[in-house]
Amino acid sequence: MPTITYREAIRQAIDEEMQRDENVFILGEEVAQYDGAYKVTQGLWKKYGSERVIDTPIVEAGFTGIAIGAAMAGLRPIVEWMTFNFSLLALDQVVNNAAKMLYMSGGQIKVPIVFRGPNGPAEFLSSQHSQALQSYYAHIPGLKVVAPSTPYDAKGMLKSAIRDDNPVVFLEAELMYSWQGEVPEGEYLLPLDKADIKKEGKDITLITYSKPIKVVQEAARQLEKEGISAEIIDLRSLRPIDEETLYASVRKTNRCVVCDESWALASVGSHVAWLISKNCFDDLDAPVELVCSEEVPMPYNHTLELAVQPSVEKLLAASRKVLYL
Amino acid sequence: MKLSSYPIDFLKKLIKDMLLIRRFEEKCAQMYGLQKIGGFCHLYIGQEAVAVGSIATLDLTKDYCLTAYRDHGHALACGLSPDSLMAEMFGKSTGCSRGKGGSMHLFDITKGMYGGNGIVGAQIPIATGMAMRFRYKKEKGVALCFFGDGAIHQGVFHESLNLAKLWKLPVVYICENNQYGMGTDFHRVSAVEDLSAKGAAYKIPGKQVNGMDVLEVYEEVLAAVKQAKEEGIPMLIEAKTYRYKGHSMSDPGKYRSKEELESYKQQDPILILKNQMMEARLLTEEEYQKYDEECKNISNESVRFAEQSPEPSLSSLYEDVLA
Repeated sequence: MPTITYREAIRQAIDEEMQRDENVFILGEEVAQYDGAYKVTQGLWKKYGSERVIDTPIVEAGFTGIAIGAAMAGLRPIVEWMTFNFSLLALDQVVNNAAKMLYMSGGQIKVPIVFRGPNGPAEFLSSQHSQALQSYYAHIPGLKVVAPSTPYDAKGMLKSAIRDDNPVVFLEAELMYSWQGEVPEGEYLLPLDKADIKKEGKDITLITYSKPIKVVQEAARQLEKEGISAEIIDLRSLRPIDEETLYASVRKTNRCVVCDESWALASVGSHVAWLISKNCFDDLDAPVELVCSEEVPMPYNHTLELAVQPSVEKLLAASRKVLYL
Repeated sequence: MKLSSYPIDFLKKLIKDMLLIRRFEEKCAQMYGLQKIGGFCHLYIGQEAVAVGSIATLDLTKDYCLTAYRDHGHALACGLSPDSLMAEMFGKSTGCSRGKGGSMHLFDITKGMYGGNGIVGAQIPIATGMAMRFRYKKEKGVALCFFGDGAIHQGVFHESLNLAKLWKLPVVYICENNQYGMGTDFHRVSAVEDLSAKGAAYKIPGKQVNGMDVLEVYEEVLAAVKQAKEEGIPMLIEAKTYRYKGHSMSDPGKYRSKEELESYKQQDPILILKNQMMEARLLTEEEYQKYDEECKNISNESVRFAEQSPEPSLSSLYEDVLA
């Protein structure tokens, strides 16, 4: 199986779906002639031309709204936000139009659209360019929200997202674009509503999604050295949440740590922790622990910015707490 | 254009459509008072010529109509049945949006009516994007985008016009300047008096029209629609109009004088066309009275229909969240 990067996996998904369906197009800032701010769309403008790979001015609300309108009229746009930090300018269009059109029209108007781009902390970017904003979207009924953590998941889930008749928010991460992984050559699709057990284990369940998966995997390796077998669950989908997969794991391990790189208050992580606390109450041997980012805007200084985010040390401390070690 | 150059049936349809909006909304106000209609309810009375004259230019099997929350008039002009609108406002399952939308969110995509948007200006990029379909698929069609004098200052108006011009999208923007954004005289919030001038920064032609004269509206929008469909040139029209009622049902309209309101009522869009037609001997008072009676009956009937319609089932709560 070929090994490719997360960036290439996303590009392959877009390319294959554009080839398959002429109603699929992509628009956003620098997606065409510049080949993408993070080179995700590299080569697509040359291949498909300006009608289908469309550069926009820096008007997030405007081009997002226009793409939603195009979707309402039967096209299948992919909106690239250069980063999710800028998506806040378009939040009204996503929340009030894309997410609600089907419902408030009594089922008449579908909005088949994908909103994608890098989300979450990167490096040395300070407060406005380094934040995890998934809670804004995961909060909204009428949206699907996914955050794959491997090239394999990214490709299969993006293809499904493009074919889905609902608005799908697709979260990537700047620091994940160069991550590598095996991706089969043939076509495959992955569901948008299923968590994935990334590593089986029996002593403790570690739940995360997106970029913190690496921190969680490292913590699991260190626990393994201490003779503790950790199960790692990658949520992959933040709306809906695949609750059954989580519960099955916690019922087996009886201990759980949730790791989410956004701020804890009203986050996906805190919701998951609550779901498990409530629904696995009798199975838990310890209260569920939550490892999130510190409740501060992101500082520029590297030592400080690392201290803000979930780390192996924080994961290990939380794990030891639920294991009473 | 001379009145005699229009087919008589066309003129009669215009006056009947405007009368229906007027009588239907009077009934809405009554039903609101009786608490049969809840929430926000924004009446269009006084502005009928804008929706009726503009929408008469559309091919509703292909073209799109989008507006804001003051949408009863546009929905009726698109041909949605008064029954389905009243039922929607009563929150019934027979409503055009199955009781999920209410007064502000009237939809029927089989009749080109794409809402009914409750966020000021939010429909402007949406309509622009719907127009994108025509260019993308190389089809002939147009999106009519209505909004008010309050919405024109929103950022998305400017973002949309820039892209509509750049991408040659067949969209006609119609700013219904009814003089007040809620309780604020538009002069107090606009740096320019002529709102049609706001297209100039994007090389989009702009024109002011008398929004109380349905035929003037029709002619100007017709020319704009033709230009948009055939040449991909977007257009901005400012229809000068006036709403007789408050911003919504809860607004007593204390920010304007009785004299001002009365002076606009003298330029009533229905009376203007009625008088023109009677002078040209194309309409008699009896015929007019007959139409008026019909519209009142249709409106009464819509109440009966809405009353008798079933409530949506509780299970419908979870329907249509996702496709």
